[in-house]
Amino acid sequence: MSGPEAVLTARNVSIEYEVDPPVRAVRDVSLTLNRGEILGLAGESGCGKTTLAYGLNRLLKAPALMTSGSVTFHDRSGSDIDVTGLDGEGLRAFRWDKISMVFQGAMNSLNPVIDVRAQIFDIFDTHRRGMPRRDKQARAEELLTLVGVDPARLSSFPHELSGGMRQRMMIAMALALDPQVMIMDEPTTALDVVVQRGIIREIMRLRERLGFAVIFITHDLPMLIEISDRIAVMLQGEIVEEGTAEEIYRTPQHEYTKRLLSSFPSLTGVRGDFVRTGVSQEGLR
Amino acid sequence: MSTDAVASHVLEARNLVKDFHLRSGLRTTTLHAVNDVSFSVAAGRTLALVGESGSGKSTIARMLMKLETPTSGRILLDGKATGRRGRELAVYRSEVQMVFQDPFASLNPFHTIVHHLERPIRIHHPRLTGAEVRARALELLERVRLSPAESFADRRPHELSGGQRQRVAIARALAPGARFIVADEPVSMLDVSIRLGVLNLLADLQREENLGVLYITHDLATARHFSDEIMVLYKGDVVERGPADEVILNPQHEYTRTLLAAAPEPENLGRLRDEVRAELGGL
Amino acid sequence: MADLLTAPADTTHALAVSRARRTLPPLSGKLITGIVMIAAIVLFGLVGPLLTLDPRDAGFDPLLPPGPAHPLGTSKLGYDVLAQVAIGTQGSLFVGAVAGTVALLLALIFGVLAGYFGGAIDEILMLLTNIMLVIPGLPLVMVIAAYVQHTEGLGALARSSLLVALVLGITGWAGSAVVLRGTARSLRTRDYVAASVVAGERPLRVIFVEILPNLVPLLAAQLIFGVIFAVLGEAGLSYLGLGPTGSITLGTVLNDAQTGQAVGSGAWWWFVPPGAIIALIGTGLSLINFAIDEIVNPKLRLAPAAARRQRRARRSGRGIGGEEAIA
Repeated sequence: MSGPEAVLTARNVSIEYEVDPPVRAVRDVSLTLNRGEILGLAGESGCGKTTLAYGLNRLLKAPALMTSGSVTFHDRSGSDIDVTGLDGEGLRAFRWDKISMVFQGAMNSLNPVIDVRAQIFDIFDTHRRGMPRRDKQARAEELLTLVGVDPARLSSFPHELSGGMRQRMMIAMALALDPQVMIMDEPTTALDVVVQRGIIREIMRLRERLGFAVIFITHDLPMLIEISDRIAVMLQGEIVEEGTAEEIYRTPQHEYTKRLLSSFPSLTGVRGDFVRTGVSQEGLR
Repeated sequence: MSTDAVASHVLEARNLVKDFHLRSGLRTTTLHAVNDVSFSVAAGRTLALVGESGSGKSTIARMLMKLETPTSGRILLDGKATGRRGRELAVYRSEVQMVFQDPFASLNPFHTIVHHLERPIRIHHPRLTGAEVRARALELLERVRLSPAESFADRRPHELSGGQRQRVAIARALAPGARFIVADEPVSMLDVSIRLGVLNLLADLQREENLGVLYITHDLATARHFSDEIMVLYKGDVVERGPADEVILNPQHEYTRTLLAAAPEPENLGRLRDEVRAELGGL
Repeated sequence: MADLLTAPADTTHALAVSRARRTLPPLSGKLITGIVMIAAIVLFGLVGPLLTLDPRDAGFDPLLPPGPAHPLGTSKLGYDVLAQVAIGTQGSLFVGAVAGTVALLLALIFGVLAGYFGGAIDEILMLLTNIMLVIPGLPLVMVIAAYVQHTEGLGALARSSLLVALVLGITGWAGSAVVLRGTARSLRTRDYVAASVVAGERPLRVIFVEILPNLVPLLAAQLIFGVIFAVLGEAGLSYLGLGPTGSITLGTVLNDAQTGQAVGSGAWWWFVPPGAIIALIGTGLSLINFAIDEIVNPKLRLAPAAARRQRRARRSGRGIGGEEAIA
């Protein structure tokens, strides 16, 4: 296999919320996502990771505004697309086709009044106009099988599905157009840990088979270490550390990374000094 | 230890059962949320109740707090049966308190921080003067390390961070002078880097006050580090119980093993990827 | 690790927005317009009667168009229209205020108690509420008003605006009760209510101290609705001859205008002013209600402002990228 090849490059991206005074949510962030790689974006609430994800996808909601930087998508075909310069038809063709997203709170991202089939067909109607119904049905069934859900569930409504199944549905919809990049924002946070592991395993299987890259956003650093190829740690709008999963786990450099790591007690190791025997004072938080 | 001492300073749940009747159109189904669960929380010790959603752990918490009536079973405090109304309930409430999961929902946005502490103090110590009540409330704020207490007292909940609100919730649980605390997922909605701080605070207070703590969580790692004993719940049944280290390092029941295998473990870095590759490579 | 980590908001966006809310002025255009309108009308109703001619003096020349002696002309029977409209405004506002308050108190009792306690109390209170809802409002008011006004022994009270106000209040609470019940039910499940129950608070204290303060915007909106319906309801009743004929309200003035063939004789100065004031009362109160809605639901207020800010920032060259960011 040849060396890593970039599929998405972000350079010096800054995003501001235009309120008074303006809030700099993302400060001069540069990041490279390689083809087929899982990049973990770790951070706590307010660090800007979700804002950054929305910015990469051109999904920023007023009053957010990208104030500087460039986002470039390196297509499979060899051409480069300037994401920030896209407009109208170009943007519509780009969205979901090249980069798709699984949102936080996927439970609430599905339309409760129409069945799953209609929602998947909606994607094809928007991005592949003129696709015959037979093909749409075939592809929808294929997608559900891909994510491990019985194709008969196409007729179900979202409330009839369990949390885990809804999540798989969201992933199936994100895969519908065979994107090269998938951005997942806390996709498993609200799920039970057993269901979570099933979904993670599914994502990794799909990655092996279809070759897309993933930006996986979460606060759960141990999970990221288990599954990511590379990890970037965000704090207050900046990336404070970046490296392979192994580097971040074994040799963290930045204070914040170390602090994050030490916030997760080990399940199997020796009981640490924070066991109920008296402990160093935590700062006022 | 004499039998008297064994029965005293213990909050015990015996054979708790809770069924919910759900109506769906014309049919009624019964949801067996809790199936014959028994346990005891002793002063100075922490019992962890570990389970996923649907395990019944929240229902058990609500029954212990007398917010739900058990379908059958009893709750005993210091060996004596506890009532559901009047004087008995008031006494029970002064001994057993709760820390709620959501720091943003468990404080009334309309009231000041000190109000949240003063009310329980007033209810359970009606003879104190206004100044004494306030002094106690401020003292509680200091104990949960919200210092200087005066600066926090008159603020409203939305002015505090999640971690600070949870500390207020802990202070409120201690306000009536409780000896037993039911902590229902006290840190799962907090930022990761402040969770241990809040759990450590709870542990310190437990030591200082010799509290009995029931720690309800889905996180095995913190359950292991912060409790003496763990009880694993699955769909309303207790599937495993034992000393914390035993249950974690030497699980007996299959469900416990599944839970442990599913928890993220950084030491396994890369293993999932290799497994998946091997699986697909074999196709 | 300063603000962004310790801030109570969940996300950066929410943080930005909540900071904005503190710096935005609480008064919007709607609120100011509504308040000004209502204040002007209330002032007119309170002070006007002190400055105008005697509304009950029928000694003037009938059907005079507006002129220097009678700014709004005179009616068919020789009453000064301006004086009648002024005291009529006072009368209508009185009915509106009393009826609105009575309706709100009843809605509070039936709605909040039912919502908080649930169970048997809920069933009984809701049964009564549903009965009140199902019975058509205006016919009910008409029947009660007609009955009461023909009862012996009530004397002057029978035809007074106080009685009409009470009747309107007693028949108008059901809709608000349902809304309050729904909100009380959802507030009952909040953790802070459970927390105060666990702390040992008695139920009535929980309702007053924990739940009611959070209902205040909703109560204000329901009160305003109540006042609007009472004013319009009274006008309707009076138009049908069932109103407080012992008093003068905007409705009675309209009724007189109708029976006096004001439209036929082209005496616009007689029926346009009272109608206009009724319409203005309704408009002003509705504007205040919309403003309260926006305070309670910040998304309504902040979304257009947020989009405006983004546009302004883009125009000043701060933004990069195409125009189609999702708003």
